[in-house]
Amino acid sequence: MTIERREARQPWILLSPSLVTITLLLIVPVFFIVVYSFWLRTASGADQAGFYLDNWKEALTDPFYRDILLYTLKIAAITTIFCAVMGYPAAYFIARSKGNKALLLMLLMLPFWISYIIRTMSWINILGVSGALNWALMHLGIIDEPLQMLYNQVTIVLGLVHFLLPFMILNIYVSLEGIDVTLEDAAHSLGATRWQSFLEVTLPLSLAGLAAGGLLCFVLAAGTYITPVILGGPSDAMFANLVFEAIITQLDWPMGSALSLMLLVVLGALVLVYNHFLGMGQLMKGLGK
Amino acid sequence: MSWLLIRVYTLLVYLFMFLPVAVVVLLSFNDNEFGSFPITGVSLRWFLKLAHNDAILRAFQTSIVLGALTAVISTTLGVLASLALVRYRMPGKNMISTLLIAPILVPEVVLAVALLLFLNALSLPKSFPLLLMGHVIFTLPFVVLVVQARLIGIRRDVEEAAMSLGASPVQTFFQITLPLLAPAVFAGMLFAFTISFDDITGTLFWKPGGVETVPTQIFAMLRNSISPEINALGTVMIVLTVGLPLLGVGIARTRSLRHGS
Repeated sequence: MTIERREARQPWILLSPSLVTITLLLIVPVFFIVVYSFWLRTASGADQAGFYLDNWKEALTDPFYRDILLYTLKIAAITTIFCAVMGYPAAYFIARSKGNKALLLMLLMLPFWISYIIRTMSWINILGVSGALNWALMHLGIIDEPLQMLYNQVTIVLGLVHFLLPFMILNIYVSLEGIDVTLEDAAHSLGATRWQSFLEVTLPLSLAGLAAGGLLCFVLAAGTYITPVILGGPSDAMFANLVFEAIITQLDWPMGSALSLMLLVVLGALVLVYNHFLGMGQLMKGLGK
Repeated sequence: MSWLLIRVYTLLVYLFMFLPVAVVVLLSFNDNEFGSFPITGVSLRWFLKLAHNDAILRAFQTSIVLGALTAVISTTLGVLASLALVRYRMPGKNMISTLLIAPILVPEVVLAVALLLFLNALSLPKSFPLLLMGHVIFTLPFVVLVVQARLIGIRRDVEEAAMSLGASPVQTFFQITLPLLAPAVFAGMLFAFTISFDDITGTLFWKPGGVETVPTQIFAMLRNSISPEINALGTVMIVLTVGLPLLGVGIARTRSLRHGS
């Protein structure tokens, strides 16, 4: 065997363990639930193999599922907008700050190391009936009875923004960091105001990072299971909660498969659209930091 | 003026990110018998109670074993794949990269359902191995991304120098490449461990009855009511997942200083 041929084989040898793992534990299982979603749960509780459209018909036409899907997408969209609005100025500040950039970046990474469930439940300490805010308001004599602030749509969005904001800031930061600062100065010296040069130079150049952060926030928010359970009320179920209910509680695996695939198709379509226009490069840059 | 505005805004954003977590830590030392406000004194009672809670100790054991195994397997796979992606030119590289990060792009619930149902069909029901496979598959992309970012910084000419001086490829790998790779391997393992240690959604689908990891244990405790013990547990987890890595970075830095590089 020539050296060139050996060189050409080496990367595949290195890659094969990962590729086999991903194929066996992700690709094949996803194809498997595609098949499974056409099976049928019989009254006796057994799964009937075959090609039945019943699950899909129910998942696509029952307004119950449609409403929860729309509710999930709405929550994800609101979360993403809040992340962008809160995250952009912060990312801009980090990218342009001189003295304490390293500290700010380190702090930004910190939430990734703090348990998701601890961060989510921490809001109960703040907004709960015996939480910090109610205690403070009562202490100041503004209210006599504790307010019920938790367990609604607002607290779900709050929890999700709290969880996803670092992803957004990091992605925007990475794209801002790649922009030559002198471009803004050049625009300024040519007569643009600071605000104009930001709007017409910096902002357009950083849109890739904003889009990458936005995609990440939206997909992660729309797929969330834990936040609505901890911070939402009984009527605030999101799509992942439906899937859990079908699979774990009702053991209706064919229906659970169909619902999972519905979520995958909706969010996957979004990823594909993103990939078509922007490619995966920016997203990987943001994730690899 | 507007810069000041951005500075204040950023400060508020950081407060938003950290204040609730700080309150968790604060309340975990609170002497108040309900563990909520007002703060009546400093006490370690909730930590003592935690230390005697067998369910939590068992959960910790499960989480640590699971996280460690996940880290070893995932990092081994990830380092090999990253080496291929960074060091070699080959056709279809972009597609392979996308495939390797696919587990991040698939919602975790979907990944959880697919793996559970598929392995069940192969008569591998909910079990520890299923849990481990699940954790490996969704930590792998993060390891690949982190290790790749570190690998790009390692210069190849050192290896070429070793080989031109007569070292065999195997010798070169163990004596040159591996020591240079060590920080990347370490970073990958730390990352995989933390992600595994923190995971809850997939774990809830895959875990066999009676087995709890720390997050699923907290989740189960939260369903009853928020007890001050959970705040104490939160503080312990923050110390473990934030304090230990920082300590590790500190040690690595002092050691590399001593080695004069």
